[in-house]
Amino acid sequence: MKLNGAQILVKSLKNESVEHIFGYPGGAVLHIYDALDAQNDIMHILVRHEQGAAHAADGYARASGKVGVVLVTSGPGITNAVTGIATAYMDSIPMVVISGQVPSPLIGNDAFQEVDAVGITRSCVKHNFLIKDIDQIASTVKKAFHIASTGRPGPVLIDIPKDITIAQTQEPTYSGVVDMRSYQPIVDGEPEQITRAAELILSSKQPIIYAGGGCVIGNADQELREFTRQLNFPITQTLMGLGAYPANDELFLGMLGMHGTYEANMSMHDSDCVIAVGARFDDRITANIDKFCPTAKIIHIDIDPSSIGKNVAVDVAIVGEVKSVLQDLITALKDKKTADISTWWSQIKQWRSVDSLAYQTKEGVIKPQTVIETLYEVTNGKAIVTSDVGQHQMWAAQYYHFDEPRRWINSGGLGTMGFGLPAAMGAKLAKPEMDVACVTGEGSIQMMTQELSTMLQYNTPVKIINLNNGYLGMVRQWQEFFYEKRYAMSYMEALPDFVKLAESYGHIGIKVEKSADLKDAMIEAFKQKDRTVFLDIITDPNENVFPMIPSGAGHNEMLLAGRDEMASINDEGLNLV
Amino acid sequence: MRHIISVLLENEAGALSRVAGLFSARGFNIESLTVAATNDLTLSRMTIVSVGNDNIIEQIVKQLYKLIDVVKVTDLTATEHIERELLLVKIDVNQNTQADIDKKIDEFSAKIVDVSEDTYIIELAGQSKKINDFLDSLGAFKILEVSRTGVTGVCQRRES
Repeated sequence: MKLNGAQILVKSLKNESVEHIFGYPGGAVLHIYDALDAQNDIMHILVRHEQGAAHAADGYARASGKVGVVLVTSGPGITNAVTGIATAYMDSIPMVVISGQVPSPLIGNDAFQEVDAVGITRSCVKHNFLIKDIDQIASTVKKAFHIASTGRPGPVLIDIPKDITIAQTQEPTYSGVVDMRSYQPIVDGEPEQITRAAELILSSKQPIIYAGGGCVIGNADQELREFTRQLNFPITQTLMGLGAYPANDELFLGMLGMHGTYEANMSMHDSDCVIAVGARFDDRITANIDKFCPTAKIIHIDIDPSSIGKNVAVDVAIVGEVKSVLQDLITALKDKKTADISTWWSQIKQWRSVDSLAYQTKEGVIKPQTVIETLYEVTNGKAIVTSDVGQHQMWAAQYYHFDEPRRWINSGGLGTMGFGLPAAMGAKLAKPEMDVACVTGEGSIQMMTQELSTMLQYNTPVKIINLNNGYLGMVRQWQEFFYEKRYAMSYMEALPDFVKLAESYGHIGIKVEKSADLKDAMIEAFKQKDRTVFLDIITDPNENVFPMIPSGAGHNEMLLAGRDEMASINDEGLNLV
Repeated sequence: MRHIISVLLENEAGALSRVAGLFSARGFNIESLTVAATNDLTLSRMTIVSVGNDNIIEQIVKQLYKLIDVVKVTDLTATEHIERELLLVKIDVNQNTQADIDKKIDEFSAKIVDVSEDTYIIELAGQSKKINDFLDSLGAFKILEVSRTGVTGVCQRRES
């Protein structure tokens, strides 16, 4: 049977078990939309802005573990999607983006809606393809999904000129396997390195496990739990790792890094053996690299060899899938006796007693931390929580104690404001049975409010928790600390009436101004199972995120709420952002 | 330290810009870069000369491997290897200078590949140092144009 390129593309996507595509039509992809319209297996979600499509596919991928799929047109279609693609790239999220391109003969002629999509996206995709022949469509789609979802996952772009979607050919066979001589991801760790790591682990007296997003993306949460409990070692997690190990477990010290807990950061600083599992020693984690873990031997488990030794020199490097390496380590450590670490635990308990997440409540003022604690209580800690970027993101990470992976969805690497709402929509489509909350702020939410319209069209009920303090809070906090309270452009005048905004999009809006009303409003919102509810919560405009390691300081130089209200920073620190 | 990195990669459109883009995005230095298809036309061989400390060179090698099109990366400077660069230089020649220039060409075993009324085009292959020395030795004469290919190299072991 003869098919056109668009039909082959759609069949190839079906062959990859794609169920949802997030996209927006335009001239270069009209044939593809025509082919999509003629079938019922794949549901297309029509977003209101292509950046929303990429974030929604991203949220979908993070919640489900599947590859998120995006379809956009040429020119502005793909350039609008770039922020979303870069967001997925920085957090290693599997995604396939299909972009239309002007017809092959016009490429390079500055044609209408032409942009060099492959060139523009090169530095923010794992790989990209420009299809030059109809016979390449099926095999390219196969490769794209393989590359996106294996090894260290990431977004892959397929740019397809319009004439190729129109051309006809005999229907190809859709191969089931991919073999690429230039792409052979490593799965298992080297046995010799595993043995060396096990020896180091057994001899350490002040160990700490530092687990990152790789444990979530690599579906290694069960192995991480078994490994940690087998050793009875303290564990801390990065922003991206939250949920892989249960936050309510006794061995968990909380998040580490710039806004991590006192006990997590102090333990990192004083440790003699740091076991990094699927984490990449990002600058938000290490703080001042010269002061990072001065006495520790470091074991680094990561699927990406280029992550190892990039920021921090390590003593034992194990390249492999976190899941497989942890299984091997569990076996290697079975029935082995670790050193006595009871003194270490007593020290940690002392640090823990500082209670670094304590905060002062004030009569009549809603504290943002209380909002997250209430959200946790009302949802029994079982919701999927997405966030935007800023103070609210940190509070959500600190006070919503994630016990399961794939429930905390945020832009950790790129730090993209506007991510939260479309990501929540994508997550709800992936997990319709779960409550989904989007923790945001009045700054971030305004970058993507148009997706409220999409959420009505596809009935993806999400609860929007808007921590409205009238400020770009994280910017304001830094200006307070490091710029002598000169609040340049961090105050948002002329905010919309968010209740009316939500209502105009067909959703429910509730404004909460008194702390006494908070819990009831939250309960009411989550009772509305099939409605999106926008909770506009007026919070303390002066609240800051604590604890905090100011830029340029070490893990043992944290500032604590109520104790070190005013941070200081040296010139070197200012440079670090 | 100077390193010669040999990269075997899929002979696909855009492969060169992936490598060039990687170096500029990550702030790695490129002294020279040469590329051409190998005897297997589906593969290209790229030879990159870069300067950096061990950590930087290790990152360059790892980041190159991360490119999906890259099949194999070898740091030639870490092993016994042969390196060559080709120079073509156009030089002004007249009655007063011809004998001296001919002498330099002999000294360096270079080759005249084109002669006109008042110019030579000279070809010289060798290690970069030899080419630098040759160009230095022509310093007293009027060089009209210099074109160098950049370094290419091969590992001396049978299996690289």
